[in-house]
Amino acid sequence: MQTLEALAKDAHALAQGQPAITAPEAELIRQMHICNACRYCEGFCAVFPAMTHRLEFGKADAHFLANLCHNCGACLHACQYAPPHQFAVNVPQAMAKVRGQTYADYAWPHALGMLYQRNGLTLCVALAAGLALFMLLAVFLKGGLWHVHLGGDFYNLFPHNLLVGLFVPVFLFVALALSMGVRQFWRSVKPATGGGPTNLPAATEASYDALRLKYLDGGHGQGCHNEDDAHTLARRRFHHFTLYGFLLCFAATSVATIYHYFFGWIAPYDLPSMPKLLGVAGGVSLLIGTVGLWRLNRSRHPSHGDAAQKSMDLGFIALLFLTSATGLALWLGRGTPALAILLCLHLGAVMALFITLPYGKFAHGIFRLAAMLRYATEKQAPKSAEPAETS
Amino acid sequence: MHEAPQDVLVDAYPEEEYWQDLLKVTGGNTNEHLARLTIRASSTCRDWMRRHGVHFQPPLSGALHVARTNAFFMGGGKALVNAYYRSAGRLGIQIRYETPVDRLEIKDNRFVAAYAAGQRITAKACVLAAGGFESDRSWLRDAWGQNERGEWPAENFLIRGTAYNKGVLLRHLLDDHQADRIGDPTQAHMVAIDARAPLYDGGICTRIDCVSLGIVVNGEARRFYDEGEDFWPKRYAIWGRLVAQQPGQIGYSIIDAKAIGRFMPPVFPGVKAMTLSKLAQQLGLDERTFMRTLDDYNAACRIGSFNHTLLDDCHTEGLAPPKTHWARPIDTPPFYGYALRPGITFTYLGLRTDETAAVHFGGQPSPNLFVAGEMMAGNVLGKGYTAGVGMSIGTAFGRIAGTRAARAALAGGTQHANA
Repeated sequence: MQTLEALAKDAHALAQGQPAITAPEAELIRQMHICNACRYCEGFCAVFPAMTHRLEFGKADAHFLANLCHNCGACLHACQYAPPHQFAVNVPQAMAKVRGQTYADYAWPHALGMLYQRNGLTLCVALAAGLALFMLLAVFLKGGLWHVHLGGDFYNLFPHNLLVGLFVPVFLFVALALSMGVRQFWRSVKPATGGGPTNLPAATEASYDALRLKYLDGGHGQGCHNEDDAHTLARRRFHHFTLYGFLLCFAATSVATIYHYFFGWIAPYDLPSMPKLLGVAGGVSLLIGTVGLWRLNRSRHPSHGDAAQKSMDLGFIALLFLTSATGLALWLGRGTPALAILLCLHLGAVMALFITLPYGKFAHGIFRLAAMLRYATEKQAPKSAEPAETS
Repeated sequence: MHEAPQDVLVDAYPEEEYWQDLLKVTGGNTNEHLARLTIRASSTCRDWMRRHGVHFQPPLSGALHVARTNAFFMGGGKALVNAYYRSAGRLGIQIRYETPVDRLEIKDNRFVAAYAAGQRITAKACVLAAGGFESDRSWLRDAWGQNERGEWPAENFLIRGTAYNKGVLLRHLLDDHQADRIGDPTQAHMVAIDARAPLYDGGICTRIDCVSLGIVVNGEARRFYDEGEDFWPKRYAIWGRLVAQQPGQIGYSIIDAKAIGRFMPPVFPGVKAMTLSKLAQQLGLDERTFMRTLDDYNAACRIGSFNHTLLDDCHTEGLAPPKTHWARPIDTPPFYGYALRPGITFTYLGLRTDETAAVHFGGQPSPNLFVAGEMMAGNVLGKGYTAGVGMSIGTAFGRIAGTRAARAALAGGTQHANA
């Protein structure tokens, strides 16, 4: 009977020009109706308090909740209705499947959303193309990769303006694609989350909770889950190493850009210059973070999340690792004949990383932050559905 | 209980008030000494629980009236049990999963060994915590017997927990070892749950929390009890029994649009209709009787100022049974109906014990066999229930039984000689 009702609803939605509920969304909604009648997981994260604001769940609610979920696993291990129970509740998995779908749905340009489908392949092709680009360029410019004499200065291989000409358009495109994607997500989720405009307290709260990864602390500070029902802070810590490592590297590049254009201080920079300090700290942090996250991902409980997204997760981790490893190698091997090849490897990895940012795991950070901002905004308003009693 | 606000608990819930609550719901069918011991233990056990990895959270959204009286486990009961098993594992305790014990060897009131699938496991002491018998349907059927309508009421019961609570050891101790018993086998924690819940293990989400916001009729479309008698946490566990006493063991909770959003959303959607007659038809109830019941109720409502967080002054006059609080006419479409069945959480028949948690034989305590949990909850709960008391009993007597068993094991030989 419910299926018929659902079909009728879908038909109605289609007639109204709204897209129908997909199978992963329907599954998430089914599980949310069970969770909303139980509510014992409320203390774990933001998803369940957000759920209690609702009695019904539409497509936009599903997208919002899916991106609010950090896949910490706490609710799965606590759940009386988890498989083998016939209700088969696995919220982290249901959320992950919808989350994966939203990345593709909201990708800009829309057609490129298909790059999420075989994301491991996408990243491999991007990496191969990035490496090939710089190696061919090097051969074309200098006639080879090994014996070229660069005097420790990589601008002798790729002039500054050439690099700017290659990377700036990519960077601008990435920024545009990500903003367009998250803008669409925001537009679709906003009406479903109270519709209110966001404000400074909400933005502060969301940023603070995102930056400290509050929702990987299990709700009690002892951490989330990885292999089993034991709590661990390892995921939170390695994610911190990764995120802050990434941000430090980004800061290093930004400072270097300022040095170049405003002060005329030309790279390479050596210790203890700011770009070098930031870059080395960031690179080492990224190495530690990505190695840790890789290991945790490989040993993750098989019921957590969506197995189909493993290649996307691992591919992104691998690209970050490669970027930091080649960056550090470039610094250490600058005075050797390997400079040209190291530079090609590093630039190829960086190019592959950047060009796939809007079509890979990186999107999770942007969409989650947006969802957390909607959450912080929505909860300021009184609940539309305020239940009264239970036991 | 707590004398002052404690982390997730507001105000105070003093011993005397807790005791009076328990006295009221059990109708005096309790043991004051053991009840007070449980109540006192509940004020100090939470730090011990936290040390073993249990976390508490503020009351669930929509759970009014309980912020003062109930501390909720974060993640619920499975998270609690996961934490305890993990803690036991850290202490070096070996856990044998999927090893059901089917009988015990007891000599002169003294535990000697347990048998699991033919394997004999000896020990210096033993704690029985093997649950009630709610999942043994034929035992339930026999206990409830046949009613004056010729029905076997227990055939229509749903079991809220696992299918494995068959009371194998409870029966073994009572029948084969003549352990002292306590409680009436028909008494249990019984909630009126959604009739569409699975036969076993529907758990907490199948609750229907809108009883006090509307009315409840039986299969003959007649009301049978005061839906607004008291706050829901003090009443929800009597409704299973009330429904069990109705013809066909079925009830229907009826609400109108005014109630929506004021109670925990049920897991399955309610039957919905724009008129009360249509609702009666869809629920398969006799339309004329249903309409008469509703008309009588609506006409009897004396609306004061509705407030679901208080025992308000909305009540009925000249209606039997009355609705003493939160009585508002059911007149605003859409109307909703939820079919209710008795759902057993756990049974109260158990092993008689005292403040040492020892199993008794012919009035004599066993020196090394102890009991905890549902197998002895009937010592405190002769009938009725107040939210959370089962967890208090489980924790208080679990700890007593564990401590006593450890002492008995350490005392070992000398005590054996004296026994």
